[in-house]
Amino acid sequence: MKAQLLHTLQEWRAQKRACALVTRLASGTSALVDGARQIGELVLTGSELEAVRARIAADQSGLVEADLFVRVYAPALRMIVVGAVHIAKALAPMAALAGFEVIVVDPREGFARSEQMAGVAAKVAWPDEAMVELKPDRRTAVVTLTHDPKLDDPALIAALRSDAFYIGALGSRKTHAKRLERLKEAGFSDGDMSRIHGPVGLDINALTPAEIAVSIVAQIIDVLRAEAP
Amino acid sequence: MTSDGQRPDDPLADLERWMAQGQRVALATVVATWGSSPRPVGSHMAITASGDFTGSVSGGCIEGAVIAAARESLANGQSKLLEYGVSNEMAWEVGLACGGRVQVFVDPLTP
Repeated sequence: MKAQLLHTLQEWRAQKRACALVTRLASGTSALVDGARQIGELVLTGSELEAVRARIAADQSGLVEADLFVRVYAPALRMIVVGAVHIAKALAPMAALAGFEVIVVDPREGFARSEQMAGVAAKVAWPDEAMVELKPDRRTAVVTLTHDPKLDDPALIAALRSDAFYIGALGSRKTHAKRLERLKEAGFSDGDMSRIHGPVGLDINALTPAEIAVSIVAQIIDVLRAEAP
Repeated sequence: MTSDGQRPDDPLADLERWMAQGQRVALATVVATWGSSPRPVGSHMAITASGDFTGSVSGGCIEGAVIAAARESLANGQSKLLEYGVSNEMAWEVGLACGGRVQVFVDPLTP
């Protein structure tokens, strides 16, 4: 591969553009492809480009022909965590290790300041305003941790109106039942609300904040990979 | 850690860093797997001519062999498709303990 092509690839990744490095294995020639263009010494035919772009859309690297390898680079998955609380302090670095871009949202400056999330800075903002700005999409997971309906509910409502692939809400079964009643009054159907994982996380009898964080990350990975093509 | 392109453990970033230092480098990538294999398709390993490396293409079973192949590629300027599995004749030496099979493409970076 030409060094210049690698350099351009790194630029595109830094710009969070979904793209693919395509390599003809017999010759070792490569091309860089995104939704709009292809560059590099390897020139792909129309049908090859189509196959490559389908791979980019599905975020699935692999051979499209015996001799043509596609490595897809998709922008990182995001995890929006509402509540800079103790569990968030464990969850944020774990999720970052698993490859997520983590954004912790909390309007309470004291919380956001005191609980630096091991390198993941908390965003001081009201969840509903933050969600408008962050625009959760099908590559975003949303987790609410505050227990406070004033903070959790607006975030959950915004998440339900988005394509977020995962929505989770911390709270006991009783708390969750009350939450669902409020969301029902806000106009959401049972089908809508079934998207919310509550109580959040896989049932692994987690007790400590770190253990609960493990259960949440595990459940998000489970949902993510179960949906994969 | 804000995006896929800025992770500290990005072998592609290591390639650029090493090249800036004047080192010759190769990129190894898992292009296909069969059966059980520890690293998914697309996994990268960055390798220098002196044998330094970051990233991985298996659970540590074949890295040594891939580094040797990468240094060979850097010497002759040719990319190469490698295949490893337990059925490989060198299985006792560099096979995959998990019983899977993996193809790794080794690509020397050129100016």
